[in-house]
Amino acid sequence: MRRQKEPLFQMSRREELPFLKAVFIRAVAVVLSLLVCALFIFLLTGLNPAEVYATMIDGAVGTSRRSWILVRDAMVLLCVSLALAPAFRMRFWNIGAEGQILVGGVATAACMIILGDALPAPALMLVIIVTSVLAGAIWGLIPALFKARWNTNETLFTLMLNYVAIQIVSYCVVFWENPAGSNSVGVINPSTNAGWLPSLFGAQYGWNVVIVLVLTAVMYLYMNHSKQGYEVAVVGESENTARYAGISVSRVIIRTMAISGGIAGLAGFILVSGSGHTISTTIADGRGYTAIVVAWLARFNPVYMILISFFLTFMERGAIQIATAYNLSEYASDMVTGIILFFILGSEFFINYQLRLRKKEAA
Amino acid sequence: MAQAAQPAIELKNLTKRFGKVVANDHISLTVNRGEVLALLGENGSGKTTLMNMLSGIYFPDEGHIFVGGNEVTIRSPKDAFALGIGMIHQHFKLVDVLTAVENIILGLDEGAVPDLKEAARKIQALADRYGFEVDPFQKIYRMSVSQKQTVEILKVLYRGADILILDEPTAVLTPQETDKLFQVLRNMRADGKAIIIITHKLNEVLEISDRVAILRKGEHIATVETAQATESSLTEMMVGKKVSLNIDRPDPVNPTPRLVVEGLSCVDAQGVRTLEDVSFTAMAGEILGVAGVAGSGQRELLESIAGLYPIASGRITYLVPNGGERELAGMHPREIRALGISLSFVPEDRLGMGLVGSMGMTGNMMLKNYRAGRLPLLDRKPPRALAEQVKEQLEVVTPGINYPVRRLSGGNVQKVLVGREIAAEPNLFMAAYAVRGLDINTSMTIYRLLNEQKQRGAAVIYVGEDLDVLLELCDRILVLCAGQVSGIVDARRATKEEVGLLMTKTRKVGEGK
Amino acid sequence: MTIILTFLQQAIRQGIIILFGATGEIITEKSGNLNLGVPGIMYMGGIAGLMGGFFYENSVAEPNGWVSVLISFLCAFLCAALAGLLFCFLTTTLRANQNVTGLALTTFGVGFGNFFGGSLANLVGGVGQISVAHAARAYQSSIPFLSDHLGPVGQLLFSYGFMTYLGIILAIFLTWFLARTRVGLNLRSVGENPGAADAAGINVTLYKYLATTLGAGIAGLGGLYFVMDYSSGTWTNNGLGDRGWLAVALVIFALWKPVHAIWGSFVFGGLYLLYLYIPGLGREMQEIFKMFPYIVTIIVLIFTSLRKRREDQPPAALGLPYFREER
Repeated sequence: MRRQKEPLFQMSRREELPFLKAVFIRAVAVVLSLLVCALFIFLLTGLNPAEVYATMIDGAVGTSRRSWILVRDAMVLLCVSLALAPAFRMRFWNIGAEGQILVGGVATAACMIILGDALPAPALMLVIIVTSVLAGAIWGLIPALFKARWNTNETLFTLMLNYVAIQIVSYCVVFWENPAGSNSVGVINPSTNAGWLPSLFGAQYGWNVVIVLVLTAVMYLYMNHSKQGYEVAVVGESENTARYAGISVSRVIIRTMAISGGIAGLAGFILVSGSGHTISTTIADGRGYTAIVVAWLARFNPVYMILISFFLTFMERGAIQIATAYNLSEYASDMVTGIILFFILGSEFFINYQLRLRKKEAA
Repeated sequence: MAQAAQPAIELKNLTKRFGKVVANDHISLTVNRGEVLALLGENGSGKTTLMNMLSGIYFPDEGHIFVGGNEVTIRSPKDAFALGIGMIHQHFKLVDVLTAVENIILGLDEGAVPDLKEAARKIQALADRYGFEVDPFQKIYRMSVSQKQTVEILKVLYRGADILILDEPTAVLTPQETDKLFQVLRNMRADGKAIIIITHKLNEVLEISDRVAILRKGEHIATVETAQATESSLTEMMVGKKVSLNIDRPDPVNPTPRLVVEGLSCVDAQGVRTLEDVSFTAMAGEILGVAGVAGSGQRELLESIAGLYPIASGRITYLVPNGGERELAGMHPREIRALGISLSFVPEDRLGMGLVGSMGMTGNMMLKNYRAGRLPLLDRKPPRALAEQVKEQLEVVTPGINYPVRRLSGGNVQKVLVGREIAAEPNLFMAAYAVRGLDINTSMTIYRLLNEQKQRGAAVIYVGEDLDVLLELCDRILVLCAGQVSGIVDARRATKEEVGLLMTKTRKVGEGK
Repeated sequence: MTIILTFLQQAIRQGIIILFGATGEIITEKSGNLNLGVPGIMYMGGIAGLMGGFFYENSVAEPNGWVSVLISFLCAFLCAALAGLLFCFLTTTLRANQNVTGLALTTFGVGFGNFFGGSLANLVGGVGQISVAHAARAYQSSIPFLSDHLGPVGQLLFSYGFMTYLGIILAIFLTWFLARTRVGLNLRSVGENPGAADAAGINVTLYKYLATTLGAGIAGLGGLYFVMDYSSGTWTNNGLGDRGWLAVALVIFALWKPVHAIWGSFVFGGLYLLYLYIPGLGREMQEIFKMFPYIVTIIVLIFTSLRKRREDQPPAALGLPYFREER
């Protein structure tokens, strides 16, 4: 009789999980997270779970204005996730989307303020878009160059650049302050609306939706059907295979980060020109970080990105509604987001691995 | 020395199976105190598996182990330590930024605040006793390979081991360092330790061991007194009689030089010479086999030809079929392709270099020519057609051509890789360990494909580990030993012993002995 | 002279906040776990301490400052340690990605802190401003006699609350602990080469759990210090700001040695506040000055990657999961 000292569970990598089963596991995780959130809200407010979710749904899509805000916010989150997807598929830890959004936003604001009266609307819009994308791209390029040349740790480099970007915004806010002494920029070009994304078919955020959805389609094509997207995937999988295939790894790193930063810069443009019409250090509002989780969980699949972006934004708006109704802090939404992310992150394990009770060995 | 032998460790009928493969088949061995036993065998003969059962990494399926006359069960490295068994692995398990003494006491219960000075003193005493040179306070990353090995051995001795197992200890050492190591081993033997040394270098076996146990394909062939053994008698036992595998060998087709390598030398990132002055010619229409014990420079040779490994000096000249020559040394794979040279390469690391594991067959078919076409978009039609074709012709078992290749079985992974490389209609075809881990049917398929390439008029370079296969499949065999060419033989006339001797013909340890 | 003294004092007070965070993160990273949840953990520690002290002081008629200190200290440490435990469970047991999990934890933790900070008054029935006066006074009480009888030297060295000295002593102790003790040695080997540690019989998983949980607890004390001492026992939404990330940056700056983090934190604190003490600085230039801690960190990061001195590199297995080979 040999008794091996082994753990109770035997864990093994799953061969492949049928699609539906994977969906089921994720659904269970989402439901569990919703239950925990409801329990949490119940403990604080005494609302029963049904009421909780009724209030949340009301908060997210209760009126047409609320629905539009939901769409607007989900679009920005989706846009940032799209920006991060190529970088992460390349296994480049771009934690700097927050900063890339900010420099894009600040470039937009600069163009609106400086060129607002100087250029006709279409030309102005073109200049704004190009500048904001360029600004974001440069912000993404800096860590990429160091990574490609000296293998400098990109996780911490991009993180630090976020704060440099925040200070750049603060610096500009001092210049553009309006009214003086308010330490904020206020709405830019309130009378002329110069540099504002116009409404489309009467919908204020119509262009936001169009831009981001077109971008989603483009990124889907880029990631899955373009030669460059193919290179990104190969480099992310194995640098040795990339070299074997004759791909220049450092060139791909630099190019991909320029694209990643550029799209994040575009998100900054959407935030400034397309929704807030102002610039402050908080316009990105942590989306640069949340989007990392979105891109990661969606496995870079744009369709999943849309779903997750909407789900998270929905929960966020709903939580804010509950907080307001009960005179609680709006930060409830961040907690709710965190709880959901924990559950989904944890559920990945059960998709990739299976646990079996160890069989007793025949003596 | 064999008189009044005190057995330190006895193995009785040890058997270990991995799936259907019997890695060790009822092996019985005895090692005495004050004795060096050499465990000799080719790659894959089961030496390391056997020793891993002693050091607690594997658990035997059948059989018994006796230490000092008592039956024991060894379930973990800790159990092995407790019994005084210490294994020095080929790949060192050391923490680079720590000092020698810190590594040696790592994991030991030496009190909450270990006295490093005291430990260093003990280590120094051990070192003096056996003739090591060590600076206990030197960091591992500042050490040479042989110094690291010294630390590994000291780690085992410090834990009180009196049965030492060394897995290929000389593979990474210079002749001078090997000399020193052997002196240490002799001192330990004189001190009554039992030592098992795993090796396939015959001259070392003859120099250091008292007895030799020979393993072949998982079986224990014999144990002989070293004094009564010769290089050729050992080789014969190690490689065995030639086995007929019935692999076809068509006659070379109009052999003309295709690739001329002259004076090729390479140095790895650590500054160690991996290839030294390698020269040979590969002919179109023939298969040139490359033999050698693992790590003799085979990988570096193929990768430097493919433009993936930096070359220190030497020339690699490609002779274009219809006249003219191209210098390949120092070129990137893409530049080589740009010259219009169709070079196919099946690397040893299939999923880490030859394929993209997360992609399906289609994605992998276009790895080398995804740039085709002027549009920035991928044209998936040709690779998809190719994937279907490879799937059908090579009978790849996959749920679909977009199923991630990482999840395919080893044989199917290899078929995908070889299928792609063959489809490029290469003029030069290189393959490393192309049948490793594959079943016999798939292996035969691979041999057939290599022969087809040869008959098409490609120059084929095939790195293999099974001498029987090399002797039956190839036209000529180049033997590498420690990064040098130790001989090129005609595979139709050469004997297994001849090749085996060339493989182990290292520069004599300690000239003039 | 006075202004320099004030500057130094303020720099130290700033520094202590991130010193706790950095010390905790160093312990965590030494086990190979890169916990980017530190900013969130500091918020959680801060609010948990505040709530602990608040409930105590609200429930008894004559609250004792030092009892309040003890309660708030334990609450802060435990709440932060639980967050670390959650991180370790997700990354080590459930094998989730460390970066992603850390960022989710930061989102959660910052939300947690701000939510309870902003809602507590309402949840307990509208008591207005939450403050824990007794505890704050105890936290802030400086060393008697030494602080006011030795002139500027006394003020520079002895005018702080006890957590300042705790932070410094902890950092010195942990430096010694990592360098000299058996457990410290084992921990370092886990972060450098878990395979080698495993082979030497060290329980890698256990070490990762302990280091991450304790490290998070220590980081949480930074939030506690900020709330109780620096902000005199009150909560401001987002008051802790980006100091959590600064703590992560300080880990790099200190090259993974707690003792370097001590002076490093004072430098960071100084850089953080420098703009206030340079005369004639316009508001816009002040914003530029605020970049300094981050730019300095980037330079250190580039410099270490250029120099490649092995002792200055992050733990070799940092951020990488370790699973014993599956057989």
